[in-house]
Amino acid sequence: MTMTLMVARRLLHAFLLILAVLVLNFLLIHIAPGDPADVIAGEMGGATEEMLADIRKTYGLDKPVYVQLGVYLTRALQGDLGQSFFYNAPVLDLVAGRAGPTILLVATALLFAVFVGTMLGVLASHKPKGIVSGLVTVVSVIGYSAPIFWTGMMLVILFAWVYPIFPIANMYDITRGGGFFDRVVDILYHLVLPALTLGIVYLAQYARLTRASMLEILGSDYIRTARAKGVAEVKVYGHHALRNAILPVVTIAGLQFGSIISGAVLVETVFSWPGLGTLAFESILARDYPTILGILFFSSLLVIAANLITDLVYRLVDPRIRTGG
Amino acid sequence: MAVIESSQDIVQSQSPWREAARAFRQSWAGMLGIFILILVILFTFVGPFFYPVDPFEIIWAPLTPPGATERAPLGTDYLGRDILAGLIHGGPATLYVGLVAGIITITIGILVGAFAGFYRGMVDEFLMRITEFFQVLPALLFAMVLVTLFTPTIYVVSLAIGIVSWPTTARLTRAEFLRIRNLEYVNAARSIGAKNRRIIWRVILPNALAPLIVAATLTVGIAILFEAGLSFLGLGDPNMFSWGLMIGAGREYILDGWWVVTLPGFMIFLTVLGFSLVGDGLNDAFNPKLRER
Repeated sequence: MTMTLMVARRLLHAFLLILAVLVLNFLLIHIAPGDPADVIAGEMGGATEEMLADIRKTYGLDKPVYVQLGVYLTRALQGDLGQSFFYNAPVLDLVAGRAGPTILLVATALLFAVFVGTMLGVLASHKPKGIVSGLVTVVSVIGYSAPIFWTGMMLVILFAWVYPIFPIANMYDITRGGGFFDRVVDILYHLVLPALTLGIVYLAQYARLTRASMLEILGSDYIRTARAKGVAEVKVYGHHALRNAILPVVTIAGLQFGSIISGAVLVETVFSWPGLGTLAFESILARDYPTILGILFFSSLLVIAANLITDLVYRLVDPRIRTGG
Repeated sequence: MAVIESSQDIVQSQSPWREAARAFRQSWAGMLGIFILILVILFTFVGPFFYPVDPFEIIWAPLTPPGATERAPLGTDYLGRDILAGLIHGGPATLYVGLVAGIITITIGILVGAFAGFYRGMVDEFLMRITEFFQVLPALLFAMVLVTLFTPTIYVVSLAIGIVSWPTTARLTRAEFLRIRNLEYVNAARSIGAKNRRIIWRVILPNALAPLIVAATLTVGIAILFEAGLSFLGLGDPNMFSWGLMIGAGREYILDGWWVVTLPGFMIFLTVLGFSLVGDGLNDAFNPKLRER
């Protein structure tokens, strides 16, 4: 199969998944107890009669269900995810405005986890019974078991009381002036704790995974051959072994993107990071259903995009797939 | 693996379950996990007999730190309610949601995975597309939407957690079924005329149980984390006193009193840690290959 055809197929697949998420949103509006118009208005029983009539007309709620679905899908695919009556703004604008910080947070945490995690995993595989190895195992079991928001709160307590060196809330200091560069530095400074909280869980998992696959690979024949012909140990690890050991990490990191977004919702709430998570939290308090559904839709889009990217990255790092297809 | 010292050892280690139980007892992770879980269960189920304080009752000044008064050894929350009483009484609800959600997750996962792996073809294609679709939705956000649209009772919360977390189990079950379905004993069962239903549930499933038991243990832990996350966001059952509820209620006050969220969070952490360690121990016990390492 040619590369173009493959990409086209993946894109079609992604598009069908996007449609499916929209259909799910539509179903959720109709399965929820009460009048769908009430759900769309986002105020259970509190909306005015005029508002409800308006919604019924726009979404064709007096027509058969399949017509309603058609209307809903057409509007959504044109970028109309509804109107938030709570924020008095189109849902798309709200979601788009908050997506940046979430993507920044998730990407930083993920890159940090993959890089540091792989490094630690390689170090640990060098001495399978050493201190790094033990530490990786302990941290991964703890990281796996601690509620992520709790870890975040522990960091807040630590860095608000014991060592107040990192900011514990918001994305930047609004009182601080300065130019563009200062703002960027300030944002990165505020990013440290949220990204650390989110990244540490995955970091430990990737380290454990790298360690396991490194140990398996280091025992294989081609590594023995490399050593036998006198390749330096650093090169055996970095060039020969790591290239194969990193494959499972790429796969898992891609698969976990959804769960990282889930984690980001909690981390954002802890650190008042102005992303999709805090928006979700606020709109749930306000029972603002269009916004909540909009966030569910948009975050699914992010996951679908991440899966596509992982697929392509995987092709780059694994020559077997690149040529075979 | 241990050196066989007498013929009795050989006879005893014939049952794979007994073999696994023996290996489990040798795994320090598994035993530590069991120990932690027993402590947690004793604390929450026997605790009320020794410490009969109502967790909803206001007993002292708000935000009293631990050790400041004998009335509340672990301090009070923002309303002046006893934290220790909360920790003791918050356990059953958390464990209950974890178990119910875990059972729902495993049931859906096994049903989907078993049918997909056994029938293959169109059924597999269809079921795996659905599984993939559910994996695209960020689980916590989906659960948040479900709980918000309906009323947050303990059952809605459990069901929501189950609905969003079954795909992993389904994939695992499917992989096991695909591996086992063409083994000789399955063919043997088929050749003596066993019906599909019998082959799925009585022949293949029992042989696929080992990894599923490990997954089930971990699933309960994950479900507890989920419940805690939802409660933290204010989406737990407000009428059931749980650790997550304590954290959600005390969230705004972390800088006024560290104990308000630290302590219930630690209980959740301990419980999930117990389940993870037991899962690790079971994994070692069921995997003779790993055991040797």
